[in-house]
Amino acid sequence: MTPSATSRPKLNRVVISVKQVPDTTQVKVDPVTGTLIREGVPFIINPFDIHCVEEALRLKDQFGCKVTALTMGPPNAVATLRKCLALGVDDAILISDRVFGGADTLATSFVLSEAVRRIEAEYGRVDLIICGKQTIDGDTAQVGPGMAVRLRYSQLTLVDQIVSLDVEQRTIRVRRKLEGRKELVEAKLPALLTLVREINQPRYPTVQGRLAAEEARIELWDNSFLKLPIEKLGLKGSPTNVKKIFAPERAVGEILGDGEKDPEGAVQLLIKRLIEKDLISFGA
Amino acid sequence: MTHVENICFAIVLTVAVITFLLSAWHLVRLIRLGKPDTRLRGELSRRFFTMIEFAFGQKRVVAERFGWNHFLLFWGFIILFLANAEFVLSGLFASLSWKLLGGFVYALLTLAFDLMSLLVLGCVAVAYYRRLVLKPDYIEYNSRDGYFVLGLVGGLMIAFFGMHGAEAAAGKLDGAWMPFTRAVVGPIMGAIFGHGAALHTVGRIFWWLHAFIFLFFLNYLPYSKHMHILTAIPNCYCRSFDFVTTVPPEQYVTGKQYGASMIDDFSWKDLLDFSACTECGRCNKNCPATNTGKPLNPRLVIHDGKVNLLTNGDKIRYGNRTDGLLPLIGESEEVAGMVGEKSIWSCTTCGACMAVCPVFIEHVPKIVKMRRHLVQNLAKFPPELNVFFEATEQRSNPWGIAPSDRAKWAKGLDVPLLSEGPVDYLFYVGCAGAFDARNKKVATSVVHALKAAGVSFGILGTEEKCCGDSMRRLGNEFVFEKMAKENVELFKKYNVTKIIAYCPHCYSTLKNDYKQFGLNVQVIHHTEFLLDLLRQGKLKLTGQDGFGRVLIHDSCYLGRYNGIYEQPREIIARATGSKPLEMDRRLDKSFCCGAGGGRMWMEEEPEHRVNINRVREALSKKPDTIAVACPYCMTMYEDGVKDEKAADKVKIVDIAEIVAARLQA
Repeated sequence: MTPSATSRPKLNRVVISVKQVPDTTQVKVDPVTGTLIREGVPFIINPFDIHCVEEALRLKDQFGCKVTALTMGPPNAVATLRKCLALGVDDAILISDRVFGGADTLATSFVLSEAVRRIEAEYGRVDLIICGKQTIDGDTAQVGPGMAVRLRYSQLTLVDQIVSLDVEQRTIRVRRKLEGRKELVEAKLPALLTLVREINQPRYPTVQGRLAAEEARIELWDNSFLKLPIEKLGLKGSPTNVKKIFAPERAVGEILGDGEKDPEGAVQLLIKRLIEKDLISFGA
Repeated sequence: MTHVENICFAIVLTVAVITFLLSAWHLVRLIRLGKPDTRLRGELSRRFFTMIEFAFGQKRVVAERFGWNHFLLFWGFIILFLANAEFVLSGLFASLSWKLLGGFVYALLTLAFDLMSLLVLGCVAVAYYRRLVLKPDYIEYNSRDGYFVLGLVGGLMIAFFGMHGAEAAAGKLDGAWMPFTRAVVGPIMGAIFGHGAALHTVGRIFWWLHAFIFLFFLNYLPYSKHMHILTAIPNCYCRSFDFVTTVPPEQYVTGKQYGASMIDDFSWKDLLDFSACTECGRCNKNCPATNTGKPLNPRLVIHDGKVNLLTNGDKIRYGNRTDGLLPLIGESEEVAGMVGEKSIWSCTTCGACMAVCPVFIEHVPKIVKMRRHLVQNLAKFPPELNVFFEATEQRSNPWGIAPSDRAKWAKGLDVPLLSEGPVDYLFYVGCAGAFDARNKKVATSVVHALKAAGVSFGILGTEEKCCGDSMRRLGNEFVFEKMAKENVELFKKYNVTKIIAYCPHCYSTLKNDYKQFGLNVQVIHHTEFLLDLLRQGKLKLTGQDGFGRVLIHDSCYLGRYNGIYEQPREIIARATGSKPLEMDRRLDKSFCCGAGGGRMWMEEEPEHRVNINRVREALSKKPDTIAVACPYCMTMYEDGVKDEKAADKVKIVDIAEIVAARLQA
């Protein structure tokens, strides 16, 4: 049997799971209450997630698959979805409902995995989910793996390269960037990938893309649409309690050499120290 | 001249004139492919006089020594136009000649023709000498077209002398004062050809040679670089009176393409520019990119535009915008008629090319239009700009520093905020003054000076946003437009009427570009403002001068773009007691520091750095201090003197710092 490339794309759909986060360089912790001051802080797309958009679009360029951007958040999170659309994502879904509010990683990954099931029901087979390694506001790196477990997808975290994707055999081979080493892994599709930022250099939107994204329709899925059990959602579905937020004490620094008088000597000292601490290495 | 000859000439003339008119009309139709440009509305008398000054007066041509040769050729041609008119008329009807104006006028005219023809012949010889012996590297001295046209001009003169020399030898030059022809050419021809039938035949041969060269030249013009004979004069008439020919904003509509990706995306003036270039090479002689071995050569950009227009023009005229066209922009730098992408990204928009172009070709707007295409339609640009674009759009400064840190530099300086109440002047600090460690000191010096003079001023603090200069020059017009509109709103919110800017890029952008977005306020550069304060006696300089020999650098966006040359010089003279040292490349020929046009945010190969080229020139003047008036120049010089291991020998200071230092003691 010869597979027909036109009637049935071999790679059907890639879902990217993205998040709108406060621009953390601009977030300050209230010294009195110990909570984040979010007022007036602009939101951005999670910097890890912009690499998901790029990687999914590269798969789209290569395999002609569809790319769906998925996010859960308040109504203003459409800005993040529009950014994805401007770059070339095909459709965008915002999961937004008061009952989803205050969700920790457990409740969030539950809702997102249910949303992926719904995407399969509405749009057809999903072959890959791509997430950023973590978000810069929570930094837990738990939501992606949580989704993979619930959906029973192959779980491939910390990916810094998609080495190959065999659509006939339905396997994917990736390189994982671990501390001090790299790992080549092959897994069955469908799979969920979490990406490190080194994986690619994100593209920049064209004006056409931006204008089209302004006019594009964004699906809004609330719980009257998803119909998920209320006890598993939002605060109710979240066993995590935030007791206190604080900036960790930082050890006092050390001045190496004399950068003013002898910058080259100071650099040599610094390099030596970094190698001792195994923070940098020579060669591959 | 026989009747047969008259009839033959009438036929040849008619054919030649018709083919010339068809070619000229064809050229007009190609130029009309361009997009509209509204510059010709109004100011007709001003345009007329500028045409007289620059086209007929050749003011910019003679700015270079060799230009005088062109001046003489040009005026020789104008005067000989009368000779050729007579030649054509008498070729048709033997009785038509300047003799009809009376003997004295005729005698004067023939005297002029004789001397001018000799002069033109001399100019042709000088031009050959330049191309064959001097071989200046900024022109294409091996251009076949150049030799050929010079040959035609020389041939025309020789034919002129040949036909009149034969007349002189035959004693038929009655009433004409042609001393050279009579005294030199006639006797030689008489000696060679005798005084009989042979002389007559040779005279006729020269006459016909003259006719054919003249008519051939007429028809050759529209196909050669000497097309400029037809287009340079209208190009001077259509010049821009603003030095900064800011590219008009885009109209953003779904489905539209932006900038210039094809030759007919340019305006008709751009296409006229392409046709008006005669490849004199002054643009590339002064271009910082060309002079540091980068792919950009402004002369070739214009030449590529012309080749592209001639290659694609007809296809586009007949509605073909897709098949088999020569691309306007490509990755290769070598294809004639195609501008290489690396060339497009090498431009610092310094405008040195435009300042010296004798016929007012506008190179920089064309490069910006092509950048607009690359950025907006294709999102294709050097990768390092990704970070710059994102940071500027997201955080309104090129480094991506938190906007909430924008007012930190002013901590402890007690500068009022506009939000605290009305003031006379807004001090628009700009990103460099607000975030860059070295340039914060300059912003601080400006504040000290303004306070010392008791000026009522304030800053926007954390509300201030980037002006978007680099965004616009890099072709990211979509984001620039958003930034400009937000800034204009912000200025209107506080009823700002007068802005002092310390960065020439902010200054020029707010002053010249923002007009397109409805900002009509007075924008003043700190060197203008500080000088006024000094002249009015509101600022008094005391204390010691510790700057030694001060060398001045003209920043492009201050000098060439806005004509501010004298103010910084006078400030230095007042503050140090002596005039500044001058660079060799100064005033409107000042050599860019390398950071304009968004180049500040792009990589530059170590061996091709513009700032190193400039710093070496500066160091050769043995200054103790180099004075700048621009944060980009500050950074480029600071880096440059470090690279040249001269950081301990020479200080880089802003003009404002010179003033502030003299206030303190």
